[in-house]
Amino acid sequence: MAKKKVLVACGAGVATSTVVNGAIEELAKDNNLDVDLVQIKIAEVEGHVDTADLLVTTAMTKKEYPFPVINAQSFLTGINMEGTKQEIVDALKK
Amino acid sequence: MSDVYFDESVILLDIEGTSNEEVLAKMGETLHNKGLVKESYVDAVIAREKEFPTGLPTSGISVALPHTDAEHVYHKGICIGVVKDKVEFGIMGDDSETTAVKLVFMLAMDEPHSQLSLLQQLMQIFQDEDTLKQLVNQTEKQAIKNLIEEKIDFTILKGAE
Repeated sequence: MAKKKVLVACGAGVATSTVVNGAIEELAKDNNLDVDLVQIKIAEVEGHVDTADLLVTTAMTKKEYPFPVINAQSFLTGINMEGTKQEIVDALKK
Repeated sequence: MSDVYFDESVILLDIEGTSNEEVLAKMGETLHNKGLVKESYVDAVIAREKEFPTGLPTSGISVALPHTDAEHVYHKGICIGVVKDKVEFGIMGDDSETTAVKLVFMLAMDEPHSQLSLLQQLMQIFQDEDTLKQLVNQTEKQAIKNLIEEKIDFTILKGAE
């Protein structure tokens, strides 16, 4: 399976994306998924539109992208974290 | 300069304010008065909160995690605020819903992509209803400091950099 490029974005690219980034790193390892994680500000997503496979974000986005967008709030609150993890794994296995 | 600044002087109790802006201003000024952030931090954190809200409805007490770009920060630190009457914060990742926040963790981060372990430990607190309840029920800053230091290992953070 080809390496997937996953964008991890929050408003500032400083805090919450760091947490989500760490969580996805572990998730990928546990599931033997080869991912290239790129931690950015949500405003920087545009620059990766052509190369990314998935966007996981804690910031809101109304724009349409050619790849799936998954809300990562559950990594911060713990509510339905397993569901979000499954969503990410499913998106990456496609 | 690798340690995270945290002590009683950056814990605020019974913050009065009717909007999240007022609460953010008081907390941001506290960080500024300690010399941890630039004067520009206060406006920046308020503007960032408007654009990218950080309110998180947890299973118990709603919290907020305001922060902004590293360029406004001199030294990393956390300011913890308990608001007197809950104030509405936008919910992270949501452009219409708000949540009534009682507990605010304001972060000053001096570089991007840093402090994973600190943040992970903070998230553990957000997921721990009992600890959140204990935090908002404290009347002494010392007690809050002790509780936070039980949950967050600042010494490991220093060594991990």
